[in-house]
Amino acid sequence: MGKAKHLLQGVTSWPDIYWPLVSKVFLRNMKVFQKTWKANIMFNFIEPVLYLWAMGFGLGVYVKSIAGLSYIQFLAPGLIASSAMFATTYEMTYGSFTRMSFQKTFHGMVATPVSMDDVVMGEILYGTFKGVLYGLVFFLVVLLFGLVKSPFGILVLIPVCLMAMIFSNLSLIWTSIAPNYDSFNYFFTLFVSPMFLFSGIFFPIQSLPVAIRFLPWLTPLYHAVELNRALVLGRFDGSSVGHLVWLVAVAALTLRLPLVMVKNRLVQ
Amino acid sequence: MAQTDNIVEARNIVKKFAEFVAVNGINFAVKPGECFGLLGPNGAGKTSTVRMIYGFSPVTAGSLKVFGRDIMTDARKIKARIGIVSQDDNLDPDLSVRENLMVYAGYFRIARELARQRTEEILEFMDLRDKAEEVVDHLSGGLRRRLTLGRALINQPELLILDEPTTGLDPYARHLVWQRLRKLKQAGTTMLLTTHYLEEASQLCDRLIVIYRGEILEEGTPLELIERHVGKDALELGVVPEQREAVTDSAAHLVKASQTLGDDLVLFSNHGRELSTAVNEWAERQGIPLSYQRLRPANLEDVFLKLTGETLEATQNERDAGGGW
Repeated sequence: MGKAKHLLQGVTSWPDIYWPLVSKVFLRNMKVFQKTWKANIMFNFIEPVLYLWAMGFGLGVYVKSIAGLSYIQFLAPGLIASSAMFATTYEMTYGSFTRMSFQKTFHGMVATPVSMDDVVMGEILYGTFKGVLYGLVFFLVVLLFGLVKSPFGILVLIPVCLMAMIFSNLSLIWTSIAPNYDSFNYFFTLFVSPMFLFSGIFFPIQSLPVAIRFLPWLTPLYHAVELNRALVLGRFDGSSVGHLVWLVAVAALTLRLPLVMVKNRLVQ
Repeated sequence: MAQTDNIVEARNIVKKFAEFVAVNGINFAVKPGECFGLLGPNGAGKTSTVRMIYGFSPVTAGSLKVFGRDIMTDARKIKARIGIVSQDDNLDPDLSVRENLMVYAGYFRIARELARQRTEEILEFMDLRDKAEEVVDHLSGGLRRRLTLGRALINQPELLILDEPTTGLDPYARHLVWQRLRKLKQAGTTMLLTTHYLEEASQLCDRLIVIYRGEILEEGTPLELIERHVGKDALELGVVPEQREAVTDSAAHLVKASQTLGDDLVLFSNHGRELSTAVNEWAERQGIPLSYQRLRPANLEDVFLKLTGETLEATQNERDAGGGW
């Protein structure tokens, strides 16, 4: 447990953040993104489009209605959230790990007035940005399919943004303890994929056995899916506020951890 | 703000990693305009020392001031005035040479127009103009090192820190880097250089310390160290181990120091030619065969050999296997 203690050292202190330099870190990542987005867009974007197609039109033929909606109408808002989730988690695991270990980009940055906290904060913002971007693109697809029923639909970007920030934080926590690339398979197999399947995107969580029905509530994806569906349909109520509060609270509560853990991994 | 004349001032600095003591209470000062060397094998504590100076790793104990400020509290201000060429390549592989310089200028918040101007100057100075649009991933090791050095100049640093700047380079690329460093030195840039290449230290450093196992063994100019410990000349002799003492004693008045180096005996002297004659005459009289002999000027490597009893090469880890000097 000495290792955990080392990684969390300084977690109660205030981070050393200077926003103008955080933005430089963010812009550096954007500059690289401008060069590589064509190669990367495949995984995070085309895949959910295929899901929408296969499930919505294929499976949807057999599912007459779900929670009073056509299947594709039920499915689409959730896929906006999962598209964002995949974009963020890939970037903040494989992408960040490459910059942290393999390319030593972080080391290069902190040899300048940039602090390690600036670097990690810049990473979190970039991860969040990617989630929002992929969420937005998918939202436009859903719009084209005629599935956005309310002008409030565009507000899905708010839950998507909060959720993406939470996934940035969680992914970077994993990255800070990851010994190598292979360990990310565990992250995706144990956390990301189950979340994708059981957070109310494909079927309402009420279909889950009573004993485990609380599990989706613990995931950021579930709250974003529920909010997205409410916004796209223009049907929000008291529970929507609850989801929003959950996302804001968890985003704020998890933010300090990746900053301190990545720093403690690199600086010795 | 108290100002001292020294650019870097280290007092009793200690660096511990859990139980391991990497730097064990060393003292040194770097003066304005000089090239100060940290010489020693890998694992001696050079990189740990340098990382403390640029605020990457915290100082475990002691006081470390750069430009008269405490590195533990003023890291951002200090880092704005230094340039760092680290041991590892950490260029942005996806970006072009020019983009690497421009992006790095951003971290110093250099205004765009000025950044552009300095980028062009650096491309010119490092002879990288032809490669400006090339993506870094496609560059050779020598070109990458030149870019790394050029990138460290983007803020016109008052102190340039070079951690093993030419490790892994071929002799041509190494000389090119040395040339540029000499030009920078002439222009008045203070430099702190770590190396395990003795030739590099003798070529570039005005003053140096020899670090070994986290402690300072010696301090002085390269010539002083050579004079103090080994004299001007070194005579290498192939002698069987049993006869080594007798050979050394035969011309004791001329021998300043002696060392065994592999199968050879090395005698150090200020009068190499006389020593060589004396030893040869004696060996002939005694009928002792000398399988090999070579008289050469003494160098820093000899000093190191004398101080530690081992060669730099023998203490290097596998990372640099194959790299000689």
